[in-house]
Amino acid sequence: MMTLSPQHSVSPAQVPGLPYRAGLGLKNEHFNEVLETSPDIGFFEVHAENYMVAGGPFHHYLGLIREQYPLSLHGVGLSIGGEGPLNREHLARLATLIERYQPHSFSEHLAWSSHGPVFLNDLLPLAYDTATLNRVCEHIDQVQSTLRRPMLLENPSTYVQFERSTIDETDFIGEVIRRTGCGLLLDVNNVYVSCINHQRDPLAYIDALPLRAVGEIHLAGFAEDTDSLGDRLLIDDHGAPIDNAVWQLYEQVLARTGPVATLIERDNQVPAFSVLLAEAQHAQSHLTQVTP
Amino acid sequence: MSLHDAFADALISPDLPCPDGLFSSNGADPASRFAVYRNNVHSSLINALVSAYPVTFQLVGEAFFRAMAGLFVQACPPASPLISEYGSAFAAFIQDFEPAASVPYLADVARLERLRVRAYHAADTPPMNQQAVLEALQGQTDLGALRLQLHPSLATLNSAYAVVAVWAAHQTEGTLASLNPWHPQGALVLRQGLAVKVFAIDAGSVAFINSLNHGTALEMAVTHALEASAEFDLHQCLTVLISHDAITHLHLEEKVSP
Repeated sequence: MMTLSPQHSVSPAQVPGLPYRAGLGLKNEHFNEVLETSPDIGFFEVHAENYMVAGGPFHHYLGLIREQYPLSLHGVGLSIGGEGPLNREHLARLATLIERYQPHSFSEHLAWSSHGPVFLNDLLPLAYDTATLNRVCEHIDQVQSTLRRPMLLENPSTYVQFERSTIDETDFIGEVIRRTGCGLLLDVNNVYVSCINHQRDPLAYIDALPLRAVGEIHLAGFAEDTDSLGDRLLIDDHGAPIDNAVWQLYEQVLARTGPVATLIERDNQVPAFSVLLAEAQHAQSHLTQVTP
Repeated sequence: MSLHDAFADALISPDLPCPDGLFSSNGADPASRFAVYRNNVHSSLINALVSAYPVTFQLVGEAFFRAMAGLFVQACPPASPLISEYGSAFAAFIQDFEPAASVPYLADVARLERLRVRAYHAADTPPMNQQAVLEALQGQTDLGALRLQLHPSLATLNSAYAVVAVWAAHQTEGTLASLNPWHPQGALVLRQGLAVKVFAIDAGSVAFINSLNHGTALEMAVTHALEASAEFDLHQCLTVLISHDAITHLHLEEKVSP
């Protein structure tokens, strides 16, 4: 006997999840090279907002690349932690993109980026308290019911903390995952950056997260600055090769999770495609080691 | 004032102090860390403008452009997460930006660059086959009643300066010695296939194309073009449109039977 799932359940979409392989962020400067060389890579990830345009080269190339590779759609503008309601128009644009490209995964950030009429174009930090927790969970419920699929939520990189926070960041993330059924996009670079900035042990942070929910890992490079005390202040700028400390942490994560789809992110000072491919291959070798 | 009100205001306005209620676990001044967010917001938006306005950037140099763009970001922060649309008010801002007055064509170059970005991302409406357009035009008994639908990427600009010549001079590394920006010029921007193209056109062609884009039939569009410029050359203008796949539909006006 057939049973029909309710229309708004977050049952998995028709497409399977991302392969347990290394993938790369797709940069428009690499469109042609990807199509001409068909690199052996597990998947590509794109920023959803870059493809919220009517037509032209971006859709042309993404369509061709999607025919050959699994795709991860990564949002940077939904402002899930925003104080106001989610932007329904933006959510509708996401639904349209998902319908068009049938990505294997959709992810967004535990952050806010819009306030009132203004979009601030950065992933801004949240005060972790009950009010924020309820709001974030409501927003994720809305996203998942609108898109009719579970999403992955990315842990943030942060530079300040709020006196108002009453919940630990890892507990906050764990509770959001428990309540909404969303998955975790574990950004290992963000863990490292935040833990250095806030004097935490990165591995203890990772062990405090519900690692069973990890659906994807992000690896990226950071920039280094100092604060008013001259202490290291790491900035998640996606503009450098992945740091050795982050590779080590990644290895420790994989020892706990087993193989997970792993993305190399580079959004600034984008190098030649071959440089990114080498980083992806390095991640792939770590994945192969933990693959049974 | 909510937490995000204060945070957002202080991000946009560099003169405001770091918002209350922040701390650093090592005891560092939270302002030294809040500065990272402020810098991210401003530099990412300025960089978006640098990418979208490369010739405007070259005309005034990096330091001037970044300072001007920084003031624009404070005055007109984005209203949408779609950063490809950010800067639609930039040319108007430049127009009124006193320190840029010594480069009077700067705002029009920015307008042209905005049209290029729009054309790049415009919808993929398929063009009519060029031969089919020619045959339809030749076989038409009531040519004047014909309406031409143009590609969504297509737009024009009228400038008191040689805006296309200035823009084109910055596409190659040649000498700029012969460039004379001090005469009026119209611009036509369109996307043919995947490539955005820019043409210098006369004021008559600008009027003609704008009339077509407003749904005006051919005969009336020609009248408008000739009003704008007695030198308007219909054949030449149609040749540019047809040969660059700018025509997507031809409609014959419904005629009422006598």
